[in-house]
Amino acid sequence: MKLEPLGDTAVVATLGAGIDPGTLASVRSYSQALVAAGLKGVTDVVPAYATVTVFYDASRFAESPGGAYGEVCAMMEALAGRASSAAGGPEARLVEIPVCYGGEFGPDLPALAQHCGLPADEAAALHAGAEYLVHAIGFTPGFAYLGGLPERLRMPRRPTPRSHVPAGSLAIGGSQTGVYPVASPGGWQIIGRTPMALFRPTQDPAAVLRIGDRVRFRAITPAEAESWR
Amino acid sequence: MEVKVLRAGMLTTVQDLGRRGHMAEGVPFGGAADPFALRVANMLVGNPDGSPALEITLTGPELEFGGPGWVAVCGARFEEVPAWRPVRVEAGDRLRFGKRVHGCRGYLSISGGFDVPEVMGGRGTFLAAGIGGFQGRALRDGDMIRTVDSGRVLTGRWSMDERMLPHYSREPIVRAIPGAQAREFDDAFYSFRFGITPRSNRMGIRLDGCPLERKSNTELVSTAVAPGTVQVPPDGNPIVLMADAQTLGGYPRIAHVAAVDIPLLAQLAPGDGVWFARTTVAEAHALARAEEHRIALLRQGLAEKIRNA
Repeated sequence: MKLEPLGDTAVVATLGAGIDPGTLASVRSYSQALVAAGLKGVTDVVPAYATVTVFYDASRFAESPGGAYGEVCAMMEALAGRASSAAGGPEARLVEIPVCYGGEFGPDLPALAQHCGLPADEAAALHAGAEYLVHAIGFTPGFAYLGGLPERLRMPRRPTPRSHVPAGSLAIGGSQTGVYPVASPGGWQIIGRTPMALFRPTQDPAAVLRIGDRVRFRAITPAEAESWR
Repeated sequence: MEVKVLRAGMLTTVQDLGRRGHMAEGVPFGGAADPFALRVANMLVGNPDGSPALEITLTGPELEFGGPGWVAVCGARFEEVPAWRPVRVEAGDRLRFGKRVHGCRGYLSISGGFDVPEVMGGRGTFLAAGIGGFQGRALRDGDMIRTVDSGRVLTGRWSMDERMLPHYSREPIVRAIPGAQAREFDDAFYSFRFGITPRSNRMGIRLDGCPLERKSNTELVSTAVAPGTVQVPPDGNPIVLMADAQTLGGYPRIAHVAAVDIPLLAQLAPGDGVWFARTTVAEAHALARAEEHRIALLRQGLAEKIRNA
């Protein structure tokens, strides 16, 4: 595990090199251990892909030779062994997300079909048939970066991002897929939309998906989407 | 009392000192882009630290007060608005922000603070998710915002010693700690002036004038980023992330601006410039401690001018 500063407000722990499920398992265990320990002066623990970033409030630490940075590093090192064991945090779950593929909800599905050389319904079925893994949460509140996209469905982002992507849009960006929980600009290829709210600011936690969760998409009809609300 | 928004201005939002503990859900810290100005504005009207105040961007609003109280405007300067001092207002008084003189963001505090609900541990507006502040959005003409009643009594006819302020400037030197990919760039970042482009906002300040060349083309895996992180996208023009920036970033991180100098960045408007100077984590922490000490001194001095009714 390598520790380095992220400016004067955080410490980044790097637990692996790339995007892979093994590294993600360590990242998840370690971040849960850090949260469970309730470390002094720590405000946020942010796991993502191969790193866990720990944000601290330097004013909570007395002056010392190593300073606040040294103290936070020491606390993190003391928990380093927990990266390889179950930390007792929330269990990873399998979350099913209903999606209307194509049509007005998925304007880029025809382009995806052309890109991968399959009829649109088969491309959608291939997407819905795979199981995905949440590697990181970010970009917008509750946005889950999902790994596990079938090779054939990989497609570069749009050359020019859209200025408005509606909330619930399911999209593909390179080797990843994900759902936009809130409306935002976005450059990914939009292939469908879910009626499920993935970010609910009045609930705790507000984000439905957590790092390490597995995700499956279930194709539904526009009528089913309507009744979901 | 109620404050009526006669004209909202370009982008006026309710802000506080931000949210903590929700970054893992993709929610940035948010809050005032210039936390120093917001803190002093609250202090001047006797409010608790971090009370919700208005963040005013480039073009100020026109407000009408429904009752008596005190207001203070700190940060950017506007014609016709006294800065860095408490101002008494009576029912029916109007405050019209004139032309911007310098700075980018003004903070208007009101005795008691603005009465907005807490959402995810903060009262500031997070525009990207439409949460917090006044109905999750920027103020519009005709809005009525309630304030919390305050029993504080202030005395006027004094203002802040300007030597206590950060070194606000249209060309500040901000101190930055080298980032994870700092070694993939040469010293140009610390040697040249960067300009502030109009594509800057609460998410980030986009710089131009000196495209930086990265000596590596290794693709990076996204990690958490924070306000102050300086990312270099492929076009070489650095972006300094600000309060509402997304929580993850995949561009090379050349540096991180020390927290104590974030207010200097928050006050830069398009056309202004900035220089970067190298610092260390330990030095940045020492600077932050010194700043907290100055704020404590200010608070002490003010305590004599404010009493509870």
